[in-house]
Amino acid sequence: MSQAVIIDHVSKNYGKIKALRNINLEIQQQEIFGLIGPDGAGKTSLFRILTTLLLPDEGRASILGQDVIRDYKKIRKIIGYMPGRFSLYQDLSVEENLSLFAAIFGTTIEENYDLVKEIYSQIEPFKKRKAGNLSGGMKQKLALSCALIHKPEILFLDEPTTGVDPVSRKEFWGMLRRLKDYGITILVSTPYMDEANLCDRIGLIQNGELLSVNTPEQLKSEYPNRLFAIHSEKKYQILQSLKGYENTHSIFSFGDEIHYVDKRKNAIPEVLENDFNGLDLPEFKLKEIQPTVEDCFLELMQQK
Amino acid sequence: MKRFYAFVKKEFYHILRDYRTMLILFGMPVAQIMLFGFAITNEIKDAHIAILDPSKDHETSRLNEKILSSGYFILDKYLNSPGEIESVFEEGKVKIVVVYDEDFGRKLLKNKAASIQIIADATDPNTANTLTNYISAIFQDYVQSQNPLAISPVRVIPEVRFRYNPDLKGVFLFIPGLITIILMLVSAMMTSISLTREKELGTMEVLLASPMKPVQIIVAKVIPYIILAFIISIVILLLGYLVFKVPVKGNIALLISEFLLFIITALSLGILISTIAKTQQVALMMSLMGLMLPTIILSGFIFPVENMPKILQWISYLIPAKWFITIVKGIMLKGLGIEAIWKETLIILGFTLFFLIVSIKKFKIRLA
Amino acid sequence: MDHVITSNNLTKKFGNFTAVDRISFSVLKGEIFGFLGANGAGKTTVMKMFCGLLSPTGGEGSVAGLDIFTQREKIKKRIGYMSQRFSLYEDLTVSENITFYAGIYGLKKNDIKEKREALTERLHLGDFQNNLISSLPLGWKQKLAFSVALIHSPDIVFLDEPTGGVDPVTRRQFWDLIYEAARQGVTIFVTTHYMDEAEYCDRISMMVDGRIEALGKPSELKTQFGVKTMNEVFLKLARK
Repeated sequence: MSQAVIIDHVSKNYGKIKALRNINLEIQQQEIFGLIGPDGAGKTSLFRILTTLLLPDEGRASILGQDVIRDYKKIRKIIGYMPGRFSLYQDLSVEENLSLFAAIFGTTIEENYDLVKEIYSQIEPFKKRKAGNLSGGMKQKLALSCALIHKPEILFLDEPTTGVDPVSRKEFWGMLRRLKDYGITILVSTPYMDEANLCDRIGLIQNGELLSVNTPEQLKSEYPNRLFAIHSEKKYQILQSLKGYENTHSIFSFGDEIHYVDKRKNAIPEVLENDFNGLDLPEFKLKEIQPTVEDCFLELMQQK
Repeated sequence: MKRFYAFVKKEFYHILRDYRTMLILFGMPVAQIMLFGFAITNEIKDAHIAILDPSKDHETSRLNEKILSSGYFILDKYLNSPGEIESVFEEGKVKIVVVYDEDFGRKLLKNKAASIQIIADATDPNTANTLTNYISAIFQDYVQSQNPLAISPVRVIPEVRFRYNPDLKGVFLFIPGLITIILMLVSAMMTSISLTREKELGTMEVLLASPMKPVQIIVAKVIPYIILAFIISIVILLLGYLVFKVPVKGNIALLISEFLLFIITALSLGILISTIAKTQQVALMMSLMGLMLPTIILSGFIFPVENMPKILQWISYLIPAKWFITIVKGIMLKGLGIEAIWKETLIILGFTLFFLIVSIKKFKIRLA
Repeated sequence: MDHVITSNNLTKKFGNFTAVDRISFSVLKGEIFGFLGANGAGKTTVMKMFCGLLSPTGGEGSVAGLDIFTQREKIKKRIGYMSQRFSLYEDLTVSENITFYAGIYGLKKNDIKEKREALTERLHLGDFQNNLISSLPLGWKQKLAFSVALIHSPDIVFLDEPTGGVDPVTRRQFWDLIYEAARQGVTIFVTTHYMDEAEYCDRISMMVDGRIEALGKPSELKTQFGVKTMNEVFLKLARK
């Protein structure tokens, strides 16, 4: 398989702010690649460079062998792009939006209907409604349909699930998995760490730097520490006490549990329980667990 | 071509679905014509005049009759001495006083020269200016009708504009000005706003990342505004003709071609603004302050440029609207042909080419 | 225990559309109450009614003992509000923002100064007092916005998706601030799309199509629906 995207030492600054620092990345054809990081990490800047909307200050990038600077016209024909805000015409109806984007790319809704059918059929009952009057989840589906209508070879989705509820998010990822079967390469960015597991490979990005590029499984297996989950009715109290504990490497709350890493690499649950009992903590249960992508992100942030 | 057509169609949807803007665009010129049209004629009709006539001879009484029968002036009173002039103005009702020379009729016959003083209340300089011009024109008209071959012996400053506007109607001058302003507004302001709106909504990002060429985007976006501006200017012409009997003396086809030229000038200015402004708000401010204000003030539409300081007169040469108003007045009121206005036309054409080239160069193929 | 927020058959209709359909619940003093639901389920409408920004069309409700039909202006003085979209003025400095918001709520000059110093100290923003908000990282802004929402010592603070897009470390620091405020007796009413954050709440309500379909402690809800995570609870409810 050949590379769909090659990013070679790309940097971008806005005045003093370093938005991207020396990014190197290769994305395979037909993979779903997730760029995962918080707002302001540089995700949008990288997407804009790849979609030929922004020039990098340093380095080079290419899409299916076409240079993002020199061959921008060719690239614009083969990509689909869905920017962070759902860029739809609010005063046009669902159907008008879709047929406009089809026409812009020199095609029609009928021609590529099979590709968007699954997504578009969900909003088709509302096709006469103005895009401005759609709910968040429906706008998201329409924007995806518009980005797909010309059957692009690579799809760039910049934070498509931000501010969308978990149900719509789950459906959205289901659609992406099925698009993959059409041979489309998908580059998607998200601030939600739990969505990482739905990607083939992920890049963790923070402050304009790629912290790691890996498959979710490999990333988790390379987690350098033993990780423990603590359950307790008095979570907050334990969290506060252990933050000041001399052997604490890191401690974070995770939903209804606390994730704890000890400085001593080989600490086992029995030893820890023993030590903690000496700290006069409230009642708790402790067990060793496998890390999540978020654990990995937190560890990598801490290493920086 | 199909993508271009689809884009133009979409642009029409935007315009037609924005009822409020449509209402303003079509309602405003109509309201302005009605308002200004009637306001101007009414004002003139109601102007109070006082006359100081020490000679009281045949000539002066004929002149007074002409002034008072013109329909624009109402006689307030005859004054008896120059001392009264100050006090009638202070009362505030009288807008203008005419003072004849002593032995006016005799001097006119004997010396072929007699003088009249016209004193106007200049607290409202525009009205004062108009009224003064009217009276001068009436005198001139009288003298010429008495003695068509003689060189005008009465010392009045001739106002060229009124020679071609024998009914002395302000609304005649107003129509060309209004057309200019509306064309500027629709073409420049509306295009700059509609282009920046795409930037603000983020749709410009998607368009740029598509195979649409920037030139295609621009042209497709401005076509509806060309048509809209054109329709509106025809509506104004028709209104002027039907309601106020403002004629088009010259060639209609020529007038319409000049309209189209100026619409493109204004559009290119609108595009230029949109390449600089990032938000609709900034585009609106720039169009209003940078285009509308200078156009209204320096084009000669409301304030006569000839009375302005030299420096402002020089600046007014850089206002395309100034040249356009001259052209429109020339064709509509004087019935001039292309041979008389080719210079102005060429100047506007130059402006247009310049703005178009600059704005297309400045319109980026990328975001930054 | 004190009920800081009560609602009894509270309803809001927009024309024929019922956005909020006879919801009844109450929130205790010092509680962290998570208010969850899908986009368009009616969360924002409920929040606006409790903040005195929207008038309900039926039922009863009170905030800090004040009636949400008749005492809306008084309510505004007793509550704080922060959302991801509206928080601080980007073109004002840190200290100008604090002074401005304190001024809005009628704090006295000396109190403002005291509060400002305490607040910047606690957030380690002492060196950045004269920096423009626009120059600060998102996470700092959010923390500052939260502290500013508390500046007039409100009884309740409403947080509308306060942590959207914030990095995982800052997100947890933000929740530390929430806990601290709750321990001092401030009631927290919060919406979020992060289901792990739902677990941090004392109690949660789940809104579906204008109605509250489930309400209870996170552990109770998970038992009730027989699932392991809040995410599954959400999916089960919203899919109905």
